Amino acid sequence: MFDKTLAELAQGLERGDFSSTELAQAYLQRIGNLNSQYNAFITLTEEQALAQAKAADEARAAGNAGALCGLPIAHKDLFCTQGVRTSSASKMLDNFVSPYDATIVNRLKNAGTVMLGKLNMDEFAMGSSNESSFYGPARNPWDTERVPGGSSGGSAAAVAARLTPAATGSDTGGSIRQPAALCGITGLKPTYGRVSRYGMIAFASSLDQAGPMARTAEDCAMILNAMAGFDALDSTSAERDTEDYTADLNQPLSGLKIGLPKEYFSDTLDAGIAEQVRNAVTEFEKLGATVKEVSLPNTELSIPAYYIIAPAEASSNLSRFDGVRYGYRCADPVDLEDLYKRSRGEGFGPEVKRRIMVGTYALSAGYYDAYYRKAQQIRRMIQQDFIAALNDVDVIMGPTTPHPAFKLGEKSSDPVSMYMEDIFTLSLNLAGLPGISVPCGQTQGLPVGLQIIGNYFAEAKLLNIAHQFQQATDWHKQIPAGVEV
Amino acid sequence: MEWEVVIGLEIHVQLATKTKIFSGASTAFGAEPNTQACAVDLALPGTLPVFNENALRMAVMFGLAVNAEIGKRSVFERKNYFYPDLPKGYQTTQLAEPIVGPGYVDIETEEGVQRRVRLHHAHLEEDAGKSLHEDFHGMSGIDLNRAGTPLVEIVSEPDMRSSREAAAYARKIHAIVTTLGICDGNMAEGSMRCDCNVSVRPKGEEKLGTRTELKNINSFRFIERAIDTEVARQIDLIEDGGTVVQETRLYDPDKNETRSMRSKEEANDYRYFPCPDLLPVVIDDSYIEAIRKTLPELPDARRDRFMSEYNLSEYDAGVLSGYSAQADYYEQVVKLSGDAKLSANWVMGELAKYLNQNDTDIKQSPVSAEQLGGLLVRIKDNTISGNIAKKVFEIMWSKGGSADEIIEAEGLKQVTDTGAIEKIVDDVIASCTKQVDQYKAAEPEKRGKMIGFFMGQVMKATGGKANPGAVTGILKQKLDALCD
Repeated sequence: MFDKTLAELAQGLERGDFSSTELAQAYLQRIGNLNSQYNAFITLTEEQALAQAKAADEARAAGNAGALCGLPIAHKDLFCTQGVRTSSASKMLDNFVSPYDATIVNRLKNAGTVMLGKLNMDEFAMGSSNESSFYGPARNPWDTERVPGGSSGGSAAAVAARLTPAATGSDTGGSIRQPAALCGITGLKPTYGRVSRYGMIAFASSLDQAGPMARTAEDCAMILNAMAGFDALDSTSAERDTEDYTADLNQPLSGLKIGLPKEYFSDTLDAGIAEQVRNAVTEFEKLGATVKEVSLPNTELSIPAYYIIAPAEASSNLSRFDGVRYGYRCADPVDLEDLYKRSRGEGFGPEVKRRIMVGTYALSAGYYDAYYRKAQQIRRMIQQDFIAALNDVDVIMGPTTPHPAFKLGEKSSDPVSMYMEDIFTLSLNLAGLPGISVPCGQTQGLPVGLQIIGNYFAEAKLLNIAHQFQQATDWHKQIPAGVEV
Repeated sequence: MEWEVVIGLEIHVQLATKTKIFSGASTAFGAEPNTQACAVDLALPGTLPVFNENALRMAVMFGLAVNAEIGKRSVFERKNYFYPDLPKGYQTTQLAEPIVGPGYVDIETEEGVQRRVRLHHAHLEEDAGKSLHEDFHGMSGIDLNRAGTPLVEIVSEPDMRSSREAAAYARKIHAIVTTLGICDGNMAEGSMRCDCNVSVRPKGEEKLGTRTELKNINSFRFIERAIDTEVARQIDLIEDGGTVVQETRLYDPDKNETRSMRSKEEANDYRYFPCPDLLPVVIDDSYIEAIRKTLPELPDARRDRFMSEYNLSEYDAGVLSGYSAQADYYEQVVKLSGDAKLSANWVMGELAKYLNQNDTDIKQSPVSAEQLGGLLVRIKDNTISGNIAKKVFEIMWSKGGSADEIIEAEGLKQVTDTGAIEKIVDDVIASCTKQVDQYKAAEPEKRGKMIGFFMGQVMKATGGKANPGAVTGILKQKLDALCD
């Protein structure tokens, strides 16, 4: 049962093979047994899950079951969940119980999903390895000595270990796609504005975007159907009609024009990864696609630009965590300054502090033009590169990450090499474009992710392409050794 | 040395929207602390702002009323600093691209000095909450009801040259925003607050002196007093060989002094940057023109109309049109009494005196325009004299009631029966033989003035109710008859 995809579980519920309650109980029990190996869940919401499952069973009995009714899901712990701790994996919010639901949590709840719990992540989504979590790192089910990626590491690990069939994630610079690649699952970052940010604890507001993580593109499409759509509570949410992302999954790919950016296949790319990605492209050619080289000349500038803009926004977004109204407060502050300094000094971890300091510096008087304004100019150049390339081709493909999953602690002391892991993913956030990572092979026994980049609001196209690939390959069906199903 | 004073004002006007600028919480004043602060106002994790379109409309109205360019693209920025009553750790405001660009207003002081004050710009922003330092046993309380109340900050050029001009400018802004109905104008509740930038320079010098900023002044009178105090301090300082330090100062109305709050060095680096949670606000000409059509008659136009329609002096028309609630009240009284001049005298005289003495806004006046209008009708039809009317007004103010009810209940109806008056005049003449003799002995041209004494006696005898015109006539006739 635990190897079933969301779509398969939906059929099982429909057929009456099992009830939502049985499904929830089974997953809750599995999480209870296995989570300590992966540290993927940081909060289990057993009571709510069983209540939601019961309600789903009743809805189904009454003939009111929608596509997601009764299906288990788990949320990254930066989505506010009413009555449940929402920590962003930070000591700062270890005691914070949200009084409200994030829009996507609410939408998935209304769609009948059953929330199993809250998932581990890098603190405030800042990291590429899940090692900055206050609750300790989540572990990669393919090798528990390795990182699952980040920041949605708990989400990816939980799906790969079959602790949940699906999860939500958020992606500011690759935080859905990179862990999806490292854990061998499918993860979609939608176009900026496609999914509401209301109730998602902000890291970098102009880059953050929530999306689905599951084992298949089809499952991602099902979840995105509930998540996506305009939200009046988020001014940056796109006023576009919603669409059925499952409708075009089976469109053939003949005539699809694929662009391969020459900058993505440099000498520094891991040879095993390069090989698997090229094999995947060959597979698409078999499916009727044509391939041509494109250029994204400013790719290497995306890291410095990102590491100005994201920390700058973060430094401001995280100012609200001051020990005054909620969250961590230091013991016995002597005055206001002491309250601020110690609450923030003790409540934030080192990576978060590093980014707050970088961002504060970048926005300071006298440095703004040299850093922040310059970074915004580069951001527009990167966007123009993509727009130009996507004039010639339907989608762009390349590796999701330059390396497979690395060992815990391997990059902890070298933030810049950690930042380099996001070289292929974060330019999409700068441009606001959608991207999906699908499993496309293995190297050194570890999964390799193929990133497919589409034009604005081309989520349906990306899901169609990924689904067709998954109909022709079985990389997404691989089960990590040691994970019993 | 002769000094020139240079003043620029930053006026914060709370907009009269029902809900906050970025959330759906109510903006009503005076609720229990923290009962009008929603998740967004509390800056709970994950919350996002949504711009209130009404605040935009009101800001555009203001811009049109001060002859300003309207920003067709305006951008909210974050002004970052830590303070407990600033929940997000930044204030959402506008900097590089404000909603209202350069404009101007014309002012006139009581002494008749006229000046055009240019506006640098006006921008939209959110108010902070309040820190409460009393009654918390050494701790501070925080009330976030005010957090997120929409403000327009109106920044003038340094065009004012005296505290009188600064106060006249502030009054003009007050008149404009209350006439537009975009602010309730209640300065005691903080609906309009003023920061004054003050510097001095030797007369004839072009270069501006170092300025200080006087924070959060909330009455016109305090604007004048705070500036006068600060100007005197700066001049004394410079004449004693010192230099003015650029700093923020607090005016203490109890001690009538200004005190340093923080120097420029201690000032925050606010790290402004465009707020990524809000899109640029883009409006077009049709939006602006639609708002222009909704503008009411503005204070300057109303003043001109008062002069032509009611024949008022420029000064009277200026005062009456200077506050929209007062102008509305006045026009109502005119309509009822049918006498523009008499109405002006009463609204600016007796009514203003009572309002001032009781620190009451005209909107809360215990005497309504209907009551005052009714009173003036009774003066005009000679039911009561002007003096008796003041007595009626006093009762109206303290106990309520219409003019007719009070006149009736108090027996204040004027005596116009000449027979009755003649009898009293005869009694007075009979009992005041000494004064009658003096009257007779006086030169005829000096007798007119001496009538006043007899008048007073008659009024005393009638409790002020005798018709003064009738009394004068009868007295003159009877006294002059004795002289022949």
